[in-house]
Amino acid sequence: MIYLDNAATTKTAPEVVEAMLPYFSENYGNPSSIYTLGGTSKKAVNRAREIIAASLGAKTNEIYFTTGGTESDNWAIKSVAEAYKDKGKHIITSKIEHHAVLHTCEWLEKQGYEVTYVDVDENGIVKLDELKKAIRPDTILISVMFANNEIGTIEPIREIGEIARENGILFHTDAVQAYGHIPINVDEYHIDMLSASGHKFNGPKGVGFLYIRTGLKLRNFIHGGQQERGRRGGTENVPSIVGIGAAAERAFANLEERQNKETQLRDYLIAQIQEKIPYCRLNGDAVKRLPNNVNFSFQFIEGESLLILLDMQGICASSGSACTSGSLDPSHVLLAIGLPHEIAHGSLRLSLSEENTKEEIDKTVEALSGIVERLRSMSPLYEDFIKKNR
Amino acid sequence: MYSEKVMDHFQNPRNVGEIENASGVGTVGNAKCGDIMRIYLDIDENQIIRDVKFKTFGCGAAVATSSMATELVKGKTVQEAMEVTNKAVMDALDGLPPVKVHCSLLAEEAIHAALWDYAEKNGIKIEGLKPPKADIHDGEEDAAEEY
Repeated sequence: MIYLDNAATTKTAPEVVEAMLPYFSENYGNPSSIYTLGGTSKKAVNRAREIIAASLGAKTNEIYFTTGGTESDNWAIKSVAEAYKDKGKHIITSKIEHHAVLHTCEWLEKQGYEVTYVDVDENGIVKLDELKKAIRPDTILISVMFANNEIGTIEPIREIGEIARENGILFHTDAVQAYGHIPINVDEYHIDMLSASGHKFNGPKGVGFLYIRTGLKLRNFIHGGQQERGRRGGTENVPSIVGIGAAAERAFANLEERQNKETQLRDYLIAQIQEKIPYCRLNGDAVKRLPNNVNFSFQFIEGESLLILLDMQGICASSGSACTSGSLDPSHVLLAIGLPHEIAHGSLRLSLSEENTKEEIDKTVEALSGIVERLRSMSPLYEDFIKKNR
Repeated sequence: MYSEKVMDHFQNPRNVGEIENASGVGTVGNAKCGDIMRIYLDIDENQIIRDVKFKTFGCGAAVATSSMATELVKGKTVQEAMEVTNKAVMDALDGLPPVKVHCSLLAEEAIHAALWDYAEKNGIKIEGLKPPKADIHDGEEDAAEEY
């Protein structure tokens, strides 16, 4: 099997699993208990919090564990909306956010909030002039993702953070794809809230965190006990929190080295596809791009067919075609960067990990080339194109 | 999520290709929605479908339904081909996931569009045949409610 879907999820690292195991068995204490067994769990949770805080240049009491990116996004956006409603009911976000942000914003619109969805350019970079123009006296929050999950474009987060700060607006970023893959500093980038998810950087599924800058007056998200400083009640998921901490430690230990390795492999894959497969288009920015993301559209073919045939050859990938989204519309991200529907339907995302090899990339390009050719040979769109250009 | 038969017809589609000077050609669907089917029919003087070919842009189910539809109409009279409904295609494939039912509708429409083209060219009337829809996806949202 060649696994090229690391933006969907990553393999839990063996050392992460190993770190977690004792907290299922001998160290089963509740962190809230006062006896030693409880203390062991509490220490482990605190340790994970310290690792994550340090990785972001944050303080430990600014990290709140959640069940993942979706919960963190919901918490950040809904809580700001609720807490700052007297100041205003206007939120700015982008057209290419993850559904965890978009659907939360759409829900808020039904509650009487107004949301501006700022456009992106053809590479998926948020238009800063539009963002500035969207700011109103009643704007309470800007939420823009750190890097896009489909096309890998890294957004101008520092600039957006500065704009937010200058205008006295809170800034949240969904960093689910970026955290653990590229360096992030919450002070440098003026980030007030940041969402991340464990399983995107070799941690376990079902655990993530929300960074909340000290001083933000937010309501408690889950009412219950005093866990997570009372903001999110409920006994901590100790093994998973230990896991996300171990994964963060591992991710930041070799961040630069991994970034370089993945970037090289990524650019090799991009160059190989461009060389071997005609009528393709690289989606997303060639440079301001996550080290592990490759996204292409192949003209005249449809993404789901491509995925099934790749799977037959043991290659795991994903697509932004309608058929994979369960609706008739292809990915909102691909449409936002201006792709026509039929090109968006033929998209393929290959997301790498440091474990992928050049040999795997070569095999993938070879398989892909054959599959694209085969699907084109049975495509009426290709037939028309060839006849027109004969 | 697909039945074995769907997977078989997707991986080894029957009757892929074109027919030169076909008796009837029908193209339905649109690229916007991600699926287009084109059916070529070769019909003899006794109104028997001697040969049929297809080309499809679309998902696994779109390819499989096209393939199965061509199998079902091959060797039939045009009147018999009218009985190849989307349900017949689905049944022959051991069913489709609910979100893919529109693919089988597309296959039925593609056959009908090719038959319509044949009927127009030859000035004959096929009982029960309606002119092809401009857009196969018209009114689909209502149909989706019924799943």
